[in-house]
Amino acid sequence: MDFGNILSLALGEIVTPTTAAYALAALGLAVHFGYSGLLNFGQAGFMAVGAYGFAISTLTFKVPFVVGFLIALLCAVIFGLLLGVPTLRLRADYLAIVTIAAAEIIRYIVTTNTLFRVTGSADGLSSFQREFDSFNPFPAGTYIFGWSNREFYVRVVSWVIVILCAVIVWLLMRSPWGRVLKGIREDENAVRSLGKNVYAYKMQALVIGGILGALAGLLFTLPRGSVQPANYATELTFFLWTVLLLGGMSTVLGPIVGAMIFWVVLSLTQNVLAGLIESGAITFLSIVQAGQLRFILVGVALMLLMVFRPQGVFGNKKELAFA
Amino acid sequence: MTTADDNIDYMTDSRAIAVGENLPGCKKRDPIVVADNVTRNFGGISAVDVEHLEIPRHKITALIGPNGAGKTTLFNLLTGFDTPNSGAWTFEGNNIAGVSSYKVARMGMVRTFQLTKVMGKLTVMENMRLGAANQPGERLSRALFKNIWGGREREITKQADGLLEKFKLDAKKDDYAASLSGGQRKLLEMARSLMVRPKLVMLDEPMAGVNPALTQSLLDHIKNLKAEGMTVLFVEHDMNMVRHIADWVVVMAEGRIVAEGPPGEVMKDPAVIDAYLGAHHDVDLGDAQGIRELEAELEADEESIVGTEDAGIIAPEVVEARLEEEEGK
Repeated sequence: MDFGNILSLALGEIVTPTTAAYALAALGLAVHFGYSGLLNFGQAGFMAVGAYGFAISTLTFKVPFVVGFLIALLCAVIFGLLLGVPTLRLRADYLAIVTIAAAEIIRYIVTTNTLFRVTGSADGLSSFQREFDSFNPFPAGTYIFGWSNREFYVRVVSWVIVILCAVIVWLLMRSPWGRVLKGIREDENAVRSLGKNVYAYKMQALVIGGILGALAGLLFTLPRGSVQPANYATELTFFLWTVLLLGGMSTVLGPIVGAMIFWVVLSLTQNVLAGLIESGAITFLSIVQAGQLRFILVGVALMLLMVFRPQGVFGNKKELAFA
Repeated sequence: MTTADDNIDYMTDSRAIAVGENLPGCKKRDPIVVADNVTRNFGGISAVDVEHLEIPRHKITALIGPNGAGKTTLFNLLTGFDTPNSGAWTFEGNNIAGVSSYKVARMGMVRTFQLTKVMGKLTVMENMRLGAANQPGERLSRALFKNIWGGREREITKQADGLLEKFKLDAKKDDYAASLSGGQRKLLEMARSLMVRPKLVMLDEPMAGVNPALTQSLLDHIKNLKAEGMTVLFVEHDMNMVRHIADWVVVMAEGRIVAEGPPGEVMKDPAVIDAYLGAHHDVDLGDAQGIRELEAELEADEESIVGTEDAGIIAPEVVEARLEEEEGK
């Protein structure tokens, strides 16, 4: 087993565009749940809306990149409003039910064969990233960890977006606007009694978190150059929740570092198990089974985390003392 | 109809509150809230059925009544937290029936809750700041720019510091509100509602759970609200408090208003005694003297079993023997 290789593969995961996408989507969840108390179990739906919004407008309507990008965000805003209008006046649990269902509805719609020419059904869509690639300022060659110029480009773009969004979320949450959201998380009737329009604040939070989700969807698909419905299933949402809980719910850095830890651990377990199987140390598992075992380990890790460090890596222990 | 004479001292203003007799639903000289035919049914049970109610401006009004009388429901209805089956009411002449609760609060009618609501995972100071009105930083479009809202933030921090000091919470201002005791939370909730600079403060059982040493200062705070030109409406079970600070008492029973008047007068009203206070409410059962007085009274009462064969363990002989034993110790 080549530990050096395993380690460098794991460290490489820290900055992949997928990690950035997870970080951004989990940041959206932090805005929803960590700061506003909105139980969104459909973040995968927001990601899918962003990804398909961009892919369909680029391929079917042939719009330029910037327009497609804006359409993707606009779709997320509309999706957020659609979910929020009927549910935000109700108790928190209703939003959870509606979001999980809505995310599945999105996935089933893009999978239907009737829409094959627009959504590509189960095959998904591809080659919508050409214009995005044409913006690549880096000349061909190898960069830092032996990345090609495209790999380097997508990493730079992804993390610039993540950092920008993190700064914006941080600025918002230290403002009086963020204070109202945190108040709503604690007790919305009390906030109402102080003259704040709780419904409008919840809607704003839902839409902002959703926009972050849609951006994450773009970061997830643009580097791949393809979008497939199978990528946006419910388990994606729950991975994002794992990331959020791992890092700490009401923090800005939490979701980002949480995403890094999540992918490093996945990569480590995968490669260590694969190495052990290849070297004959483990005989009762196949490589495929090992791939599934690591998700079981993620579940176990999450349970241990909840028991021993429930506030996450960056969470404030004091806050939990009163949970 | 509003008071034109602004230089009146509300603390010593002794003009009559009601126009005419002090009857349930009577007209006030200067009402701030006027409610008509407000009803609320919960599955056939009429929780609130108020024909007419006026809350006097610049006065402290107590809303009393037995448990389940509909006091809190009336609070919820007036502040838009619940929807009535029928009824209309105005606040300072504006019709506010059906207006959402946050708009009611913005108009200057702010309430607290019987089950205290503090934001546990915000500090005491953040709780206070949250209460302040007109914060530019609460708009999403400006939240990113601290130079826009920083000034107002300093203003409200100063206002909050002042209030916290008054309510003896200044030492706690950087602690999470969840770490406060039940009584301190009551204080915080009241202080926070004052951050809004309301015209009418509606306190739902402000004294429940507050320790006796603090009660006196809380009473003073409520009195001072009046001096600052606010109107206070509160629900309370503690008769001493009602007697000490209320200018006007409204008594509810089974959803209706059964009596109204100045505290001294209302507490002698047979309807009130019957519905709420109980026949012998002014007897202090804590000492032997009070109990003997009560016995004498009960023996004279034809409906009482005291003095008949059915008296059992509450017969005077039995009670007196026990009292003597206790006094002999």
